[in-house]
Amino acid sequence: MIRDITIGQYYPVNSVLHKLDPRIKIIATMMFVVELFVFDSFLGYVLMAAGLGAVILASHVPLRHILKGLRPVLFLLIFTILLNTIHATGDNVLVEWGFVRITVEGLINAAFLAIRLIMLIIGSSLLTFTTTPSELTDGIEKLGTPLKVFKVPVHEMAMMMSIALRFIPILVEETDKIMKAQQARGANFDTGSIVQKAKSLVPLLVPLFVSAFRRANDLAMAMEARCYRGGKGRTKMKPLRFGGKDYLTMVGLAMYLAMLIVVV
Amino acid sequence: MGIIKTGKLMFDYIRRDEEDKVIAVNRALDDINLDIKEGDFVAILGHNGSGKSTLAKHLNAILTPTEGTVWVDGHKTNDEKSVWDIRKTTGMVFQNPDNQIIGNVVEEDVAFGPENLGVPTNKIIKRVEESLKMVSMEKYRHHSPNKLSGGQKQRVAIAGIMAMRPKCIVLDEPTAMLDPDGRQEVISTALRLNKEENITIILITHYMDEIVNADKVIVMDKGKVVMTGTPREIFNRPGELEKYRIILPQVSRLAIELSKSLEGFSLPVLTVEELTMKVMEYKNANNTRSY
Repeated sequence: MIRDITIGQYYPVNSVLHKLDPRIKIIATMMFVVELFVFDSFLGYVLMAAGLGAVILASHVPLRHILKGLRPVLFLLIFTILLNTIHATGDNVLVEWGFVRITVEGLINAAFLAIRLIMLIIGSSLLTFTTTPSELTDGIEKLGTPLKVFKVPVHEMAMMMSIALRFIPILVEETDKIMKAQQARGANFDTGSIVQKAKSLVPLLVPLFVSAFRRANDLAMAMEARCYRGGKGRTKMKPLRFGGKDYLTMVGLAMYLAMLIVVV
Repeated sequence: MGIIKTGKLMFDYIRRDEEDKVIAVNRALDDINLDIKEGDFVAILGHNGSGKSTLAKHLNAILTPTEGTVWVDGHKTNDEKSVWDIRKTTGMVFQNPDNQIIGNVVEEDVAFGPENLGVPTNKIIKRVEESLKMVSMEKYRHHSPNKLSGGQKQRVAIAGIMAMRPKCIVLDEPTAMLDPDGRQEVISTALRLNKEENITIILITHYMDEIVNADKVIVMDKGKVVMTGTPREIFNRPGELEKYRIILPQVSRLAIELSKSLEGFSLPVLTVEELTMKVMEYKNANNTRSY
């Protein structure tokens, strides 16, 4: 069950998108998300779907794999669509029965919302499909560098993120182990009311936290023993380099944005 | 003076209550005087709670002495300015393989040390390649550390230290959480680095079969050094070892039992090969006599 939760599952194929600088990819994703909410008209969606389609093609990630990523949020998707259809405002009433009120405007709204959500999820998952976790943290660190002026600990945050990513599988495995150990002693995680289920998690979380703290302590010592002293004076084995194709992408992105502004 | 020297080293673990009052003082190290030569393979043996891990942490300036001094390559560990020089000189490999790997990819983890030292990019790549080759892990360069076995993880940890170009590596019970195969991998890697790269190795363990190839063995008990000598000398004092709750390998115990009934059977025996050889010799000698 827990094993299904994966954050930033990198899809290792060779494509232009994989070779791009993570910074440009992060910026592009953020731009896309904002665009989705700003340009909410039919033409805007068509243009953005076209843009997304082009990026998917360039990423060499199979469409089936991308759509599989939608599965965990399917419930949320259906839920929002349902809420929007049965509880809508508008004049062209199709069905009215009790609190249920379905209108033409409501249906259109719900469809737009669904398209927007799907594109949002696909767009952001494309970032993690084509960027390794370490590239991602490097990119975030570099993008956040200006924030250092405001004393934001950018390097530390990026380091925390990459350590978190490293320890997710280890902690998942540990949770599994503790769960089995507790089950062997008669613990029950699956039945009972929600309150009971929540209560049954306590004997799982306490040992998990204790062990996480112990690991953190060990790791801190190991890092210090390897001369870690924060971001100052650190070099990188693979420094990020902004190359020709990155500048080209930047120009392309700007043109795309300009087109959206002009057309929509 | 050797690469590592301790003089009258004492260390207390002090427990305090909420009001910062001392409630217990536990002397973990008591008057330790060591002098370790560069290029030596030194094993430190001891039962749980003998202070061997505490001693290891002193060699890397993770802990500093309560009293006395530790010199690492001429630097005093309680001098804050030289902490980074000391940590560059002596690397540490810890017990839990998972809790000392920082990178999400093997090569990233190996690069972590040199990155911290500010080594230029092109040199880091070269060092990573060389270090992975030294521990025979070059095939796993782009793998995730989560998919490696315990022994492989420890070898990656050793490569991470080697990439910092240390003179000395302290291995603090590196095999305690490994299966027999993994133990063998780690010990033979340490041994090879000692022979081929002339790295001073300090191996802390409670398994006697891992110290067979050491140049010098130090046995600790209750914070004190209680025995020193070559592996052969230490193996030849089974009575004392038992007192310090250190168990001789099966083969050595078997040899001791054999020597009780076989006349002229010499002790100690450290390895299975040695026992086989001695038994064969004994057999041949007795065969010739009977003719």
